[in-house]
Amino acid sequence: MTQHDTEVRQAGVRRTVWRSVAALIGMFAFAFALVPLYDVFCRVTGINGKVDTTAQALVHDEVDESRLVTVQFITRNGSGLPWRLDVETRQVRLHPGQTSEVNFTFSNQSSGESWGRAVPSVSPSTATRHVRKSSCFCFEEQQLQAGERVELPLVFQLARDLPPEVNTVTLVYTLYPVEGRTQSLQAGVKRDEGGEA
Amino acid sequence: MAPKVPPQPTLEQSTTAAEAGHGHAHEAPPKGIMRWLLTTNHKEIGSMYLIFSLIMFFIGGIFALVVRLELFQPGLQFVNPEFFNQMTTMHGLIMVFAAVMPAFTGLANWMIPLQIGAPDMALPRLNNFSFWLLPVAFGLLLSTLFMPGGGPNFGWTFYAPLSTTYAPPSTTFFILSLHIAGISSILGAINIVATILNMRAPGMRMMDMPLFVWTWLITAFLLIAVMPVLAGVITMMLMDINFGTSFFDASGGGDPVLFQHLFWFFGHPEVYIMILPSFGIVSAIIPAFARKRLFGYASMVYATAAIAILSFMVWGHHMFVVGMPLAGQLFFMYATMLIAVPTGVKVFNWVTTLFRGSISFEPPMLFALAFVVLFTIGGFSGLMLAIAPADFQYHDTYFVVAHFHYVLVPGAIFSIMAATYFWLPKWTGHYPNVRLAQWHFWLSVISVNLTFFPMHFSGLAGMPRRIPDYALQFADFNLVSSIGAFMFGISQLLFVAVIVMCVRGGKKAPAAAWGEYADDLEWSVPSPAPLHTFETPPTFQRPAH
Repeated sequence: MTQHDTEVRQAGVRRTVWRSVAALIGMFAFAFALVPLYDVFCRVTGINGKVDTTAQALVHDEVDESRLVTVQFITRNGSGLPWRLDVETRQVRLHPGQTSEVNFTFSNQSSGESWGRAVPSVSPSTATRHVRKSSCFCFEEQQLQAGERVELPLVFQLARDLPPEVNTVTLVYTLYPVEGRTQSLQAGVKRDEGGEA
Repeated sequence: MAPKVPPQPTLEQSTTAAEAGHGHAHEAPPKGIMRWLLTTNHKEIGSMYLIFSLIMFFIGGIFALVVRLELFQPGLQFVNPEFFNQMTTMHGLIMVFAAVMPAFTGLANWMIPLQIGAPDMALPRLNNFSFWLLPVAFGLLLSTLFMPGGGPNFGWTFYAPLSTTYAPPSTTFFILSLHIAGISSILGAINIVATILNMRAPGMRMMDMPLFVWTWLITAFLLIAVMPVLAGVITMMLMDINFGTSFFDASGGGDPVLFQHLFWFFGHPEVYIMILPSFGIVSAIIPAFARKRLFGYASMVYATAAIAILSFMVWGHHMFVVGMPLAGQLFFMYATMLIAVPTGVKVFNWVTTLFRGSISFEPPMLFALAFVVLFTIGGFSGLMLAIAPADFQYHDTYFVVAHFHYVLVPGAIFSIMAATYFWLPKWTGHYPNVRLAQWHFWLSVISVNLTFFPMHFSGLAGMPRRIPDYALQFADFNLVSSIGAFMFGISQLLFVAVIVMCVRGGKKAPAAAWGEYADDLEWSVPSPAPLHTFETPPTFQRPAH
């Protein structure tokens, strides 16, 4: 091989390597970009039960008397918050367009104050965009003193354009501790889990 | 800038090089271990990769046998469930990342420069670095088994939050070791792309390259595209575990399902990374022993590229049961089934190559033929799993285990063994012992079916994977599987015996060891291949057929 050929070859190798490195960095960044993209995608389409956590105006259209839809409420205690979340009724039946109010009870069962949040989820996901909440405890974080009980309302309606195949909508609220505000509690929980595993 | 390569180790080889008349003044080689630590020779590095992956194949195999031993009978006999989970996880991780992938990289190192007429890889020192990252990575991974709380126990797919919130404390080491292994693969892939695109012999066009080179080029692109995504996912896990972020933690606004999307966006191309080079190997071996040209060379290249492109669009078929909208399920179902088309083209081409061929059954051919048949069975069970409504039943059962073991063991691993038998004459200068190789083949092919075929039935009947105990009605299937697994494991000692004997001696092989239809450039250099080949580029002669 002549000197010239070798130089051409070396330049080619350098070019390939730089392009590969650029592709690598691009794909690494793409992986992280997928996190917000996924979130936006789920919110826009309502997939995965992700709900808009801002208040929406109720629409005062006619109530669709021809349909009755069952709305179920499920409350779950998530990781490591010593609270109970109860709901006054496990299910209601209502017409699309009808406004309904349901009370939820938060009670702190520990001897210290703590911060928590109830994270909402809707199932089936096709119904997500048709659940309109004008007031919900899930919009903000709660602080409960030791042993405190708080009753908070959920005001919502099902939009009239709810897909006809949906007969039951399930609203799930999962309690989670709020990161940062209950740092000492969190650290304790994490340590326990590490030891058990 | 000539690559620094250590000189010829044996007299025989140095005379070959001297006769060829490229009198490079090579420096004296470091002796002993330093020679292997510092080597930049693609053949030595290729051998190290292959030996490393063989060792890891046995370690991963021992883990599998622990699993099979426990599943020999219903009930808990030998290990506790926590350790059982570590064994299934480590078996998967070691086999995927430390056995199959390095074996293919080793074959690429050895054969790609020889097949394209290049003197070495494009970046020889980087090559050395990417190999030596591997023992570090997997030394670290194996060491987690001895840490408090044990090694990774969340399955090789390490779904969050099993691998974050509920993971053992050693998970940070697991993440680090996977990072190191990933960097090794990426560097290897860059090197291979740079070599193939820039170092071909004058006159060799892309469409003249042997299919092993083509399939590896496409594999390397897949690696460059998806290994950074894996690195991103495990970095997010690392931050969730140690720095209080919530990428995959619902309490902080994250989403565990996001983990599955990201993982399988890496994971599905990864399974093609483990099979595309096999296609190249089989496409070299079948024509050699059918004594015909490969049927449909160009369609093989396009089919490989099509499979690679489709592999980015089908990750959702691993997640049909997470609660995907109907449109998503339909899309992933049809996209997955579409992959059967280019794969079918390949199988058709192999069968057509065999048709009216003058076939002989040397050891590499035996393994290649078993590959075609058994890989196709794995492909069919894959099609069954692609059907979304059927997958609801099959998901996480032994049917899935049977499927991916059929494509990986008699698929990827048989092709690696076929490649080893095919190129051993080039590596060592001797033919492998035919009788022993035949024993190895028949024991392997019988035991592999004994192990994995019953899993189809136990899976369809509902036996879940990754569970150390099972209901009584699965006892017979599991008994057969366990017997097959031990038979398969022990048979592999024959493989080691054949290799060791072949290195030590045996029937001498000529340069073109497998006759006139194995006529790629590697068969134009002497057997064994001297340490330095093609320092003056060969002139590439396009076959006249």
